[in-house]
Amino acid sequence: MSDKSTRIGEIVALHHHREGPLLPILNDVQAAFGCVDAEAEALIAKGLNLSRADVHGVVSFYHDYKPQADARPVVQVCRAEACKARGVEAIVAAAEAAAGARVKIETVYCLGLCSAGPAARTGDDLHIRLDAQSIAELVENA
Amino acid sequence: MTLVKISDDALARAGGADRLAAAFEAKGCEVHRVSSWGMHWLEPLVEIDGQGFGPATLADVEAILAGTSDKAIGTITEHPFIAGQVRYTFARAGKTRPLSMEDYAATGGWAGLTRARQIGSEAIVAEVTASGLRGRGGAGFPTGIKWDTVRKAPGDRKYIVCNADEGDSGTFADRALMEGDPFALIEGMAIAANAVGAQQGYIYLRSEYPDAIRKLNAALDLCADIIAPFKCEVRVGAGAYVCGEETSLLNSLEGKRGEVRAKPPLPALEGFLGSPTVVNNVLSLAAVPHILTEGGSSAYQNIGFGRSRGTMPIQLAGNIRHGGLYEIGFGVTLGQLVNDIGGGTASGRPVKAVQVGGPLGAYLHPDQFDIVFDYETYTAADALIGHGGITVFDDTADMGAMARFAMEFCAAESCGKCTPCRIGAVRGVEIIDRIRAGGRQRDGVEVLPQIHNAPKDAGREAAQEIGLLTDLCETMKFGSLCALGGFTPYPVMSALKNWPEDFTGRSSLPEVTE
Ligand code: SF4
Ligand code: FES
Repeated sequence: MSDKSTRIGEIVALHHHREGPLLPILNDVQAAFGCVDAEAEALIAKGLNLSRADVHGVVSFYHDYKPQADARPVVQVCRAEACKARGVEAIVAAAEAAAGARVKIETVYCLGLCSAGPAARTGDDLHIRLDAQSIAELVENA
Repeated sequence: MTLVKISDDALARAGGADRLAAAFEAKGCEVHRVSSWGMHWLEPLVEIDGQGFGPATLADVEAILAGTSDKAIGTITEHPFIAGQVRYTFARAGKTRPLSMEDYAATGGWAGLTRARQIGSEAIVAEVTASGLRGRGGAGFPTGIKWDTVRKAPGDRKYIVCNADEGDSGTFADRALMEGDPFALIEGMAIAANAVGAQQGYIYLRSEYPDAIRKLNAALDLCADIIAPFKCEVRVGAGAYVCGEETSLLNSLEGKRGEVRAKPPLPALEGFLGSPTVVNNVLSLAAVPHILTEGGSSAYQNIGFGRSRGTMPIQLAGNIRHGGLYEIGFGVTLGQLVNDIGGGTASGRPVKAVQVGGPLGAYLHPDQFDIVFDYETYTAADALIGHGGITVFDDTADMGAMARFAMEFCAAESCGKCTPCRIGAVRGVEIIDRIRAGGRQRDGVEVLPQIHNAPKDAGREAAQEIGLLTDLCETMKFGSLCALGGFTPYPVMSALKNWPEDFTGRSSLPEVTE
């Protein structure tokens, strides 16, 4: 067995007994491999005795699950209303310019920091009161 | 040794609170990481002997300790932002260490649960009903009635589900509560479990709140013995806005696509895995320990306005000078909140629009500033209180672009179950683009003369497109199964009504936001 299928088998076993185990499993698989790809879907389906279509339907519904891993660091920029009111749209270009092809800029809708936006997230680190310069620095250090 | 209090709330941490705490420790101070007072424009806020300093940076440490800092704001509890509040849900904010069992018990923690166990299920439900507590989410449904339905429902297995996925833009009270006072939420759930006879609880929490996830997990480990035999766990979502809708959340919790379920059956009768389930949001559950401690018909019932009882944690967000969390009884006016308490815009420019109630709430015009905070009043004004989020925009805001964004957001987050929402929202973006481009041109992207009201030669005028948008909004409002499709017309139509010039007066299309 490949390392990947062993690891996925472990994740399934870890959550198997829970009520509604699929999302906790998918969250762990996404965290471990950076994606939930077709192979992972098939393995999870087998482990939970579901059809692959069932699992694919769930995976494709949620924004957090990616079909392929992307090795680039990710900077999530909040572009919801309160951050728009604080000028996020005007600094996105600076973030994109700093990102180039090396960093992936993603959009999120609200990090709960709406009184001190524009806000962004890298991994589990949060950032507030961004301007063109600080968001570019953030992206460069990502 | 000097005792320094610094918040460990996500917002304070994002502003550099961790480095600041380390710097004070390096100076030989004892540092307590407490919850946030909610004065976000002052975070990170440093408290020594009741005196506040903020927003503090590393460069301020020496001066703060020497008593010469120009960041001094005086006695925190006397600050006008704090002094005017009526705090129930956030009574511990700023005062306790969120994960300290000692602090929680010393401030009345677990007294509600103890009393609940003494008086038994029927009496608990009666007190919650008497208190007038209503769901702090969209519809404001009375909590006591919901609990009673679950209590009486047949079934050996029942559940308490906390909807901690209501992550509307402009709202952060849930996050602040979960990070600042996690035991209060857990105690509220344990009381609910006693009231209805549930064994298991779930807190369904959005993945966008990493700090809250960590804190709640840690809190649940610490208090497992106290709430036993009730068991509770955190479930993390996967980035789908619609899962804040209770039936969609239940599907997601079961491991399915987060599609909205048709009601009936009510979740109270057939909820999680088909069993009777209480679904309440964070603030409702966190208000429960206090109600049980004090008795339902006393304090809570006496605050408020009309049929909206108790307090509402209001979240001042967006372009506002004094942004943060402000808890007060219902009945305060929008103008007081924005201008007096919030201090107007952060940019210093005139207020143009205020969105109340998150991304599905209406954009209100400063002319409407005397409208009072109360569920019924807002409904009458074609607006909603929702989660109590207030997002302020200054006069640079382009309301046509905001209306377009509302449609775009709905299209991106639609669960896909009903056509008016799934397709209507995409159409909505197209129509708004055409209105802003001056109507559908003959040589436009899509000339479809067979469309019923498209004149063959001249294309469609902007005015006709506006009629089409209005029609579409009506269809979405009445034809959608849940709030996402059903309420998106509120921001769109209110923007169109109050600022028509932002739709027709600007010739350029807005920036594509994705
Ligand atoms: S209104 Fe939209 S989100 Fe709600 S049930 Fe219909 S399609 Fe799903
Ligand atoms: S709107 Fe950006 S953090 Fe809430």
